[in-house]
Amino acid sequence: MTMNEDRKLIKAVLGPEGPELTCERCFEELDRYVELELSGADAEATVPGMRAHLEGCPACHEDHESLKALVGSTEKPA
Amino acid sequence: MSTATVSVEAMEEVTAVFADEDSEAWLAALSAPGPAREAACSRLHDLLLRAARFEVKRRRASLPHLRGDDFDDLAVQSADDALVAILAKLDTFRGDSRFTTWAYKFALLEAAVKLRRRAWQGREVPLEPETWNVFATDNPSPERRAEESELLRELRVGIDEVLSPHQREVLVALALNEVPIDVLADRLNTTRGALYKTLHDARKKLRVHVGSEV
Repeated sequence: MTMNEDRKLIKAVLGPEGPELTCERCFEELDRYVELELSGADAEATVPGMRAHLEGCPACHEDHESLKALVGSTEKPA
Repeated sequence: MSTATVSVEAMEEVTAVFADEDSEAWLAALSAPGPAREAACSRLHDLLLRAARFEVKRRRASLPHLRGDDFDDLAVQSADDALVAILAKLDTFRGDSRFTTWAYKFALLEAAVKLRRRAWQGREVPLEPETWNVFATDNPSPERRAEESELLRELRVGIDEVLSPHQREVLVALALNEVPIDVLADRLNTTRGALYKTLHDARKKLRVHVGSEV
């Protein structure tokens, strides 16, 4: 394994540092978070712990990527 | 296409704090009586179907054995399920985003979960490491730094010694074998949230074990 693969494995096992949201809370906040991101606002300041959760949970990460891509492709943020 | 009802009191409370006119129009239409509500549900279903098809298109490469009709059936089913979920939770819409963004996430979630389940249909879910070689520290590589090697060795010990059997299974399946969390939740008859809590607790134990900040 290369050093990058080692680090990827370590990150997958240890997960994100610091406090993070639960999956349920992530889903509740996802729409607000994405609109804030697309508007250029500091989404993490409004929804603390979201970024860490998206780093640690592959499924929520995918859901976030999809919503951001969809909203970004169809409409301008409010 | 089935629907659920929403109390007028709940809708008045929501619309009272929400300033976006388009979102307010959606809420008013979906809580209106009779044909107006049916028309709004139909428009919402169209919107959800577009979102579900968007998700299917993004992920269809991961399901090469499915045909075009299968994907569209899956998108329609996702839109149907999302509509039911949205109507049941309409009174929880807080107006923190536009209504359409809020609604999209339900369709995307339904489609993503169905696609992940379909991708793993008929496959065994590995709860044991497919190989521990990834943690091996006796195969020195010029690209492998001593620091990472030592940490991996400690993690291998920690997984064996400090985790409960359930925490170990969940961590191995999700973090090492990359089993989707929805798929594992189905197989273990639990929820995504409960599994992630288990994974979080396991990671916390391992961080303490290796002396990393929690």
